[in-house]
Amino acid sequence: MQGVIPYIINGISAGGQYALIAIGYTLVYGILRLINFAHGDVFMVAGLIMVYASSSMPMYLAIPLVLVCTVALGFVIERVAYKPLRSAPRMSLMISAIGVSYLIQNLAFYLTGGLAQAVVNPIPWISDSVEVFGASTKRVTLVTPALTILLVIGLVYLIKKTKIGMAMRAASRDFETAQLMGIKINRVISATFVVGSFLAAVGAMLYFTNYPSVSVTSGAMPGLKAFVAAVFGGIGSIPGAVVGAFIIGICEEFIKYLGYTTFSDAFTFALLIVVLCVKPTGLFGEKVTDKV
Amino acid sequence: MNLKKKQTILVASVLLIVLIGAIALDAAFPSYHIVIKVVKKAAVYSLVAVSMNLLNGFTGLFSLGQAGFMLLGAYTYAILSIPVSLRATVYQYFDGGLVQFSIPEFFSGLMGESVGGTVGMLLTLILGGLVAALLAFLIGLPVLRLKSDYLAIATLGFAEILRAFVQWDKLGPLTNSSNLLKSYPEFKTATAYVIIIGLFVAVIVLLVNSTYGRAFMAIRDDEVAAQAMGINLAKHKRMAFVISSFFAGIGGGMLAMYMGAVQALSFRSSMTYEILLIVVIGGIGSITGSVLTSFVYVAGVEWLLRGLDSGEFMGIVAPGIFKNGFRMAVVSVLIMVVVLFFRKGIMGDKELPDLLKKRPRKAKKKEAAK
Repeated sequence: MQGVIPYIINGISAGGQYALIAIGYTLVYGILRLINFAHGDVFMVAGLIMVYASSSMPMYLAIPLVLVCTVALGFVIERVAYKPLRSAPRMSLMISAIGVSYLIQNLAFYLTGGLAQAVVNPIPWISDSVEVFGASTKRVTLVTPALTILLVIGLVYLIKKTKIGMAMRAASRDFETAQLMGIKINRVISATFVVGSFLAAVGAMLYFTNYPSVSVTSGAMPGLKAFVAAVFGGIGSIPGAVVGAFIIGICEEFIKYLGYTTFSDAFTFALLIVVLCVKPTGLFGEKVTDKV
Repeated sequence: MNLKKKQTILVASVLLIVLIGAIALDAAFPSYHIVIKVVKKAAVYSLVAVSMNLLNGFTGLFSLGQAGFMLLGAYTYAILSIPVSLRATVYQYFDGGLVQFSIPEFFSGLMGESVGGTVGMLLTLILGGLVAALLAFLIGLPVLRLKSDYLAIATLGFAEILRAFVQWDKLGPLTNSSNLLKSYPEFKTATAYVIIIGLFVAVIVLLVNSTYGRAFMAIRDDEVAAQAMGINLAKHKRMAFVISSFFAGIGGGMLAMYMGAVQALSFRSSMTYEILLIVVIGGIGSITGSVLTSFVYVAGVEWLLRGLDSGEFMGIVAPGIFKNGFRMAVVSVLIMVVVLFFRKGIMGDKELPDLLKKRPRKAKKKEAAK
């Protein structure tokens, strides 16, 4: 049993990071009915900015800079690539998202010169080693789940209690009626992207401290997995995304423990397909009826 | 001369020009020359793009599994056609591998080197397509019940699963695990690529214009109405999915030929995105558009815009800006411009013969904009 503990701790930590990305997917899907393929790349860009920022300025400046830049990126993407397509068919929106993802990866490749950027201890305190249940691990693995839960509580408060949160809920229930009720829909959508990108930036800082380097494609896999987590939990539902992310994180590490590392990614997608076929609304999703 | 006759002449003359062009290029350049490579790769991409268009553009099923089916075709072709004498070197970590025959070699022995080899290679390609089609059939059973973006993400997932599966150690004797498969026979000339791909694309064109094609388009335009007209939704969706995957498999086999060595790593989801973007730029629902864009895209990316990566482009020397990666950055900005501002792509939903028709009426334009 001794051997499995580090894997489970890692799984919980990975789950927390997936959860932070998954919320971005689920919020956007809730309102725009769009799989934001570029979200994983926003996550990657946050990692890159962290690498550059932390090597040239102290930590208390670097962290806010990463957050601000990532939020700005999310905001700009929505304004430039999704807003002009508001009345277009949903598939055009998705194609645009794929195009943005392609663009961000290629731009990042150009700006980094195509080399993976080494992560050198950007946030010293959370990279320290600590002992948990006799297993040695980095402090970040303990910080991640705690921080994730705190942020989720904050987010739930934002959505349930504030005015903009109420507007978000209205917009995700019925886009057009919300508009008729006087809700400034563009502002709500921008706010959604800002929140999603902010959480992705936090997730990226936690995620990439565990990795030796950030490359232009390193956002794609966590992005897809977080999306699977969002679908698994019931897309559009925040608690669903968080629970789904933790389940996927833990299962993946458990598969690594069993010695099938090659299949840890494949498992996630297999889970996705099973969920979609058996219970397409996910664990906590609402039932959607199609209007003809 | 009536319209129909004019259209036939136009299509025939374009095809003839392409064929003569390919033969002329083969005569003028050696087989390693960049122009020949561009024509080969563009031909392969056009088949894959057309196969994707059949599914996404004509049937309205938004699938992102193309790279997975190409992977199956590529691996089937490579595994079944590596000469027996070279298997020991290719499968050096797996005692020469499990498969100990080569289909092209078998036919060479039967019908002579050149004829038999070609027949064998074609058969192996088609076999690759059949393997992809078989898997598409199995995958389609659960997946095709899903709607729009769920279908997209599920097929994307399947492609990733396939990629992981191929790299599995236990399958090493068959797939060489994550090592390269190489030394298989290939077509040397661009003409061969153009003819073979042209034939397969022609089959797709015939299919689109048949009753099945009409049924696919009816499903795309309105599922409920199509069902009410007596079209069996499940059957036709499955058929479109299987046929599209069959051609994607063949395209994958040809791509393997073009690349000279296959590895599961190259069939990532970004390849699917690339092909999807080609389809979008060409016009969703236009076979001509997909083929045309494949050639323009591949020629641009692989050849004409090379200068953007290496310091000098169209006489402008700026090594500081024109460095590694600038080419793809420029290309992706152009793609975004098309996606955002020219949503119908180069051809819209028109085909080559339609170019001779009168300009479309306003009412139709309005309907298409919906």
